[in-house]
Amino acid sequence: MTNIPAPPDFEAEAHQTAARKNRLLASPAVLIVALFGIVPLLIVLVYSFLAPAPYGGVLWKFSTDAYLNFLFQRDIFSDALEFSPAFLLIYFRSFVFAVVTTVVCLGLGFPTAYFMATRPPAQRNWWVLLITIPFWSNLLVRTLAIMFIIRDEGLINITLMSLHIIDKPITLLYTNFAIVLGLLYSFLPFMVLPLYASLEKLDFRLVEAAYDLYATRRQVLWRIIIPMSMPGIVAGSLLVFIPTLGAYVTPLILGGGTHLMIGDLIAQQFGSGRNWPLGSSQALILMAAVLVALFFYVRATTRGTKNG
Amino acid sequence: MAKTRAPLDTKEQPGFRGVALFCLFVLYAPILILMIFSFNSGSIVTHWEGVSLHWYGTAIANDDFHSAAKNTMIIAITATIVSTVTATLAAIGMTRVKPWKGLMTAFMVINLPLMVPEIVTAIATLSFFALVAGKLGINLGIGNLIIAHSVFCIPFAYMPIRARLEDMDLTLEQAAADLYATPWHAFRRVTLPLLVPGILSGMALAFIVSFDDFTITQLVAGPGQTTLPLYIWNQIRRPMTPEINAISTILLMVSIIVVAISFLIARKRR
Repeated sequence: MTNIPAPPDFEAEAHQTAARKNRLLASPAVLIVALFGIVPLLIVLVYSFLAPAPYGGVLWKFSTDAYLNFLFQRDIFSDALEFSPAFLLIYFRSFVFAVVTTVVCLGLGFPTAYFMATRPPAQRNWWVLLITIPFWSNLLVRTLAIMFIIRDEGLINITLMSLHIIDKPITLLYTNFAIVLGLLYSFLPFMVLPLYASLEKLDFRLVEAAYDLYATRRQVLWRIIIPMSMPGIVAGSLLVFIPTLGAYVTPLILGGGTHLMIGDLIAQQFGSGRNWPLGSSQALILMAAVLVALFFYVRATTRGTKNG
Repeated sequence: MAKTRAPLDTKEQPGFRGVALFCLFVLYAPILILMIFSFNSGSIVTHWEGVSLHWYGTAIANDDFHSAAKNTMIIAITATIVSTVTATLAAIGMTRVKPWKGLMTAFMVINLPLMVPEIVTAIATLSFFALVAGKLGINLGIGNLIIAHSVFCIPFAYMPIRARLEDMDLTLEQAAADLYATPWHAFRRVTLPLLVPGILSGMALAFIVSFDDFTITQLVAGPGQTTLPLYIWNQIRRPMTPEINAISTILLMVSIIVVAISFLIARKRR
């Protein structure tokens, strides 16, 4: 354990002893997260190698079926494994949604964050507050707000119909479009805030220097501002990509149970699917994908500091 | 060029103002529409009939709403206290020490809930409590939700407190020590008062995260343990009336008020 107090050192000053005792202060938080955060993840790891019990839960019997089921389905009659891409497709769909959401959030978020960072300080604070409020607002309620607008009787369809542009409502809700729209709406603030934090520290003397050397606005943007805000771009992209990949609420409400993403798939196995081992293995595969993303993040940021 | 040009604004980029205003519009239009329709007197969610507080009355008179609000407050307040206290201790124990081997590990453990997708935390916590109930026969009832929320809130409370400790001028603490203050006195009279804004914003974040949580609560909650977000979810699946807009507006207002307060505290003390 890391929390064993160091042996007493009588020659050290009172200060240093106090400083060493301070280490122990971290232990309650570490213990709580370890016991109720890490142990459950280890249980999921164990569950993924067990067999499902008929009414939810697990049978304590070793099995790799949960992982085999990811790609194959057992034929009921011959017991032979057959390739079945259903889960793979849901993972692929989630990945595409996450990439599209991240890219569009970056496209909208970068100009916004840059605009915020170039306001006078008093105005800047207001902008930060305005972006922070949706960041901390209830995700379920915000998703509901999108649903009210895009459903058949929603504001968009009613407005278009009363203007006689369309005479039948366009189906927007429960489509892939609805999910991506909801994800964009949910996670846009997650992109803007880290970008702003990095752009706020930008040294504008470099921008001026570039103009002095006859750079155009476009060149300044692509050759100076964007490369220098790379840490913010990477952090923002990660903050959007990871929760989007594991999104649960958005597809639950805007996908209407037909357009699943990984998060719903996992929850389903623990609910009506009654296959906890399968759900556990899917959760671990999602975790592995997140770890890969984090790995690239760490590599990108460490490389950035080496060069800068 | 014949025309004299305005002095070059080196910070300007064409079109960025438009995109920023568009983003604000996109972020706020849906919630504003949701809020406006909570004052609708008619019973159809999207058809405007007149201004009234009727649906707030209906919402607040509902017994299920009462018990959901009560559960939410019990869970959120307890989780806020547990996470803020442990996060404050941890932040002190991890900034006011010489670097040691376990420091990075402790840091990663505390921040783990931020790196794991919420749905994974939810099913893991569900599995954990199912196992504890099955093998040990322990079921803490609403305590399960309090524990789950506390774990998730710790990193949110930890971040602003740690940031505050790191920004703090260490010479103040050293000066106190030079003037023969005991470590405890130096902490109590110098560090802690300076740390208060950080602790308050940590508390605010922990409270909001717990108050708004849906995913973990939905999977971990047992029968009868309905919180406000779960209550809304149950309402969505019925024919909708503006009552749901009224409850949603109340939830949004709580978030907005807490964020605004913590924002003001942070600005004032700086």
